[in-house]
Amino acid sequence: MVNGYLPTTLKEALELLNEHNLRIVAGGTDMLVQHHNLKTLPIDFKQDVLYIANIPELQGITEDDEYIRIGACEPLESILEHPATPKLLKDTIIEMASPAIRHSGTLGGNIGNASPAGDSLVPLYLMNAALEIQSIEGTRTVDIKEFITGVRKIALKPNELITKIILDKVEFTKAIFKKVGPRRSDAISKLSFAGAITIQDNKITDLRFAFGSVNITVVRHPEIECNYITKTVEELKQSVDDIVGAYQNFIRPIDDQRSNKAYRKQVSLNLLRDFIVTL
Amino acid sequence: MAKIKFQLNGKPVSLETDLNRRLLDVLREDFSLTGVKEGCGEGECGACAVLLDHEIVNSCSVPIANVMNKDIVTIEGYSTTSRYQVLREAFEEEGAVQCGFCTPGMMIASESLLHKNPNPTDEEIKIGLSGNLCRCTGYNMIIKAIKRAMKDGDGKW
Ligand SMILES: Cc1cc2nc3c(=O)[nH]c(=O)nc-3n(C[C@H](O)[C@H](O)[C@H](O)COP(=O)(O)OP(=O)(O)OC[C@H]3O[C@@H](n4cnc5c(N)ncnc54)[C@H](O)[C@@H]3O)c2cc1C
Ligand code: FES
Ligand code: FES
Repeated sequence: MVNGYLPTTLKEALELLNEHNLRIVAGGTDMLVQHHNLKTLPIDFKQDVLYIANIPELQGITEDDEYIRIGACEPLESILEHPATPKLLKDTIIEMASPAIRHSGTLGGNIGNASPAGDSLVPLYLMNAALEIQSIEGTRTVDIKEFITGVRKIALKPNELITKIILDKVEFTKAIFKKVGPRRSDAISKLSFAGAITIQDNKITDLRFAFGSVNITVVRHPEIECNYITKTVEELKQSVDDIVGAYQNFIRPIDDQRSNKAYRKQVSLNLLRDFIVTL
Repeated sequence: MAKIKFQLNGKPVSLETDLNRRLLDVLREDFSLTGVKEGCGEGECGACAVLLDHEIVNSCSVPIANVMNKDIVTIEGYSTTSRYQVLREAFEEEGAVQCGFCTPGMMIASESLLHKNPNPTDEEIKIGLSGNLCRCTGYNMIIKAIKRAMKDGDGKW
């Protein structure tokens, strides 16, 4: 039988992680489904478990002039309701799961799960989110794009925890999240897209695109985006075929039970085109 | 094994248990609260819904470890409240119950919704129920029942 640990402080949690080889569980909405086995009740974990959902240091949302910091164990529904949460992230969370799952599921868990279909990852890549990681050795900060290294693969040492998600405070002129999936509340995305633009004096000062479920992790290419900085919206619209063409090679979805390659690719590129032509 | 303490239907309870159990199994097996149903076991149907600190969660997706010092209300506890009476009558009037398997979860979802938002729009009701599946009614009757409860239970939420 595997053991469970229920620390009440972050310090205690980090010490436990340092001493034992532990599987982290936050809300458990991914972990319980992945490890539930009717034959072996209780949950069929393969290693001892560290339960972190209720550690106070991992909760809450704070903001200052530059950044918004979201505790890794803050439930998705509380993030949705918080006034400091950027609109793009709210527009994404409302499309995730059901209220019941959002009350227990956490943002740290969506990142830790590192699914190519993890919805929050799309706006987090777009917003250049950074993650605060702690171990008993100290604290480090890493960009989300460096942290997620593949399908369900993250650059986290066995004695480390994600403690916070850090977002720049940016205001876009327009930012959207689109998700294509079956039923709302059990809808693992077939694909998703986020686009954001800032326009000042008729010139584009910021342009960002991110695609979910069409590669091993979120697709984002600042080297394509930056070609259109200082251009006008009209010039951007005239370049729409070039932009769609530039993403062709990076959109490399797979066939699976939820959808197929051709559909995913076509619809992703349509969403990009639509974002641009409807500006 | 560890000692877990929480409020259950208004009373403090504690038990020695394996932390790696689902809240659903603890409620049904250790407390015989069988109004909490297992439908899918995967977080998708809402039949196992309970209130945790007055918000809906799926008890099949909550490890008992996470319930330490929390307040849990199941349909059994909720059915002793006057809000439940209003919902129950509204569900009956609108024909919102057929086989009844989804009903405890639907009532918990309705309470969670109305507690936070006493005057939801149709769209907000649909979002509030979006995690609960019903194989029988076609949902319209359930939505009507909630709207009736909002009217009849004026001031209760
Ligand atoms: C019915 C249903 C519908 C769903 N719908 C959606 C959806 O629409 N979109 C979507 O993206 N997801 C969806 N999910 C998946 C899931 O709910 C989310 O991924 C959620 O954010 C996971 O959070 P959690 O706290 O429950 O994670 P957990 O299950 O606790 O953990 C998930 C993973 O992250 C790791 N982890 C958790 N916290 C940390 C931390 N602080 N540091 C390091 N590692 C950590 C865990 O070790 C584990 O590998 C759905 C799940 C269900 C059951
Ligand atoms: S049994 Fe828990 S959601 Fe279906
Ligand atoms: S009444 Fe039968 S499942 Fe809803």
